Amino acid sequence: MKFLVCISNVPDTTTKITFTPDNKEFNKAGVQFVINPWDEYALTRAIELKEAQGSGTVTVLNVGEADTEPNIRKALAIGADDAIRVNAAPTDAYFVAQQIAAIAKEGAYDVILMGKESIDYNGFQVHGMVGELLGIPTVAPAMKLDMSGNTATLEREIEGGKEIVEVNTPFVASCQQPMCEPRIPNMRGIMTARTKPLKVVEPVGEGARTAVAEYALPPKKQGVKLIPAESAGDLIKLLRNEAKVI
Amino acid sequence: MSVLVVVECDGGEVKKSSLEVASYGSQVAQMLGTTATAVAVGEATEANLAQLGEQGISKVLYDAEPRLKDFVNGAYTKLIAAAAEKEGAQVIVLANSNIGAAVGSRLSVRLKASLATNVVELPKNDGGSFTVKRGAFSGKAFADVVLTGDRKILAVKKNSIEALHEAGKTAQVEAFSASLSDADFADAPKQVVMQDQAGGVLLPEADRVVSGGRGMKGPENWHLIEDLAKALGAATACSKPVSDVDWRPHHEHVGQTGITVSPNLYIACGISGAIQHLAGVNSSKVIVVINKDPEAPFFKAADYGIVGDVFEVLPKLTQAVKELN
Ligand SMILES: Cc1cc2nc3c(=O)[nH]c(=O)nc-3n(C[C@H](O)[C@H](O)[C@H](O)COP(=O)(O)OP(=O)(O)OC[C@H]3O[C@@H](n4cnc5c(N)ncnc54)[C@H](O)[C@@H]3O)c2cc1C
Repeated sequence: MKFLVCISNVPDTTTKITFTPDNKEFNKAGVQFVINPWDEYALTRAIELKEAQGSGTVTVLNVGEADTEPNIRKALAIGADDAIRVNAAPTDAYFVAQQIAAIAKEGAYDVILMGKESIDYNGFQVHGMVGELLGIPTVAPAMKLDMSGNTATLEREIEGGKEIVEVNTPFVASCQQPMCEPRIPNMRGIMTARTKPLKVVEPVGEGARTAVAEYALPPKKQGVKLIPAESAGDLIKLLRNEAKVI
Repeated sequence: MSVLVVVECDGGEVKKSSLEVASYGSQVAQMLGTTATAVAVGEATEANLAQLGEQGISKVLYDAEPRLKDFVNGAYTKLIAAAAEKEGAQVIVLANSNIGAAVGSRLSVRLKASLATNVVELPKNDGGSFTVKRGAFSGKAFADVVLTGDRKILAVKKNSIEALHEAGKTAQVEAFSASLSDADFADAPKQVVMQDQAGGVLLPEADRVVSGGRGMKGPENWHLIEDLAKALGAATACSKPVSDVDWRPHHEHVGQTGITVSPNLYIACGISGAIQHLAGVNSSKVIVVINKDPEAPFFKAADYGIVGDVFEVLPKLTQAVKELN
């Protein structure tokens, strides 16, 4: 079975977010980039399923410029077999989805996995766009994925519960916890990753359908109002009379 | 040109987030000088749908096909696309929910529309293109996004828009059929499992949330969280390590890798306020922090705080709420 796992390159979760002086772009200076945490669930689960099947391949795919390659190598070190980088800045979800769909089609992948959303753009869009472009089912967000032959059984989160869904390959799933315990690379993985194939291809399709005009930080908080522990009950009065939330 | 609003229903009731979405859609319609039609998905009653008039909706399309009770991506997408065609909708508004994300992203390709999710404000209309504010960087920033397409789909974040209530106004409910076939239900769920909701309040929809962290010491102490939540009519939540060690179920874990919530009131008990936790809660309107460590980072993000022991403070708070009611 051929797995395609889409990963994005995002600022480390602890990054303090700042922008260029014109607020048009995220300020990358001094920021460490990591594999999007949600994508790690997709990657690890694909590797686990491949191992359980005893055959098949896991290909990682990233739409990004050359500076994303350290994280592509990291995905190879975790256990993917090969990688493809589409040489373009990921301008919006639709642009990225077109690249993924084109590669998925050409490579005839059976299972296309990705994280629920990227922790920078927070779009939660690419999965459905890829599915619609390819005319195949999408399951989003998926908390569990098991395969039996060409049939996948997934748990899909719904507000207040879950749906158990069965789909046949090919399909797309966007993954979230608690799907698996994400793996970290070991020494052997890091060594072998260097020699695994990483193919660079040029983008296809139409341009983006949305554009960010400007970024902004949330307004600063006023500062905390402390209530002495002995008179904790006063907090409730403040929440009613001052904050008006109860 | 018209505006189509996707309304999610559950057990006959319109979800709270969908009342917000309906209000958002009717305000966009007003801005464009047109009317807003809703299409209902899930299990609805005619009486509840008619009440969407209070949110400014003039007409509601409803397909009573029983298999639409539970979410089915293929069928929902086709149904909403058919409603959009029928109404000639240029703008589609839905909730930034798991249903909204699943359907909205497919619809955007099918209808060749520009899509913005996580939207927190009404759009500005610049001669046909929309600029909307959306949450980005896991709640640490906002982005103004320009949608240039002739058609636009907006997924509105919960609790970011006040639901309108114009008492007495009703919407006309119209039977609608998208002529769905068996093939459209190929990805229908085999089973739907609902979780036990403490106090019956659904965390993603909750107006108030009481949340516990590792400072609660163990699951045997969670009654303190539950008692306060019950008194407040709040949902309960937890930090990641708490669900990792199974003190609480995974669906209660909020944060960067858990659920994002934006209630009016978030009360954090024995939670340090790590950046990954804040990412899921920092768009709450009012944040209350109870922590015995005055240096806990959460106090920086809080509106109200008590430096104290949760085991002493929580019973006092519950008592004070009971006295208020
Ligand atoms: C990639 C990544 C993603 C993550 N995603 C998430 C996420 O989604 N959600 C999340 O929550 N975390 C997440 N984390 C973990 C996060 O970094 C923190 O470890 C976690 O939030 C800490 O949880 P806590 O505050 O409950 O526990 P602790 O950090 O152990 O803090 C416990 C707090 O309780 C206080 N306390 C102890 N006893 C008492 C008492 N008797 N009375 C009052 N206060 C008391 C202490 O002073 C302390 O501040 C993530 C981490 C990583 C690396």
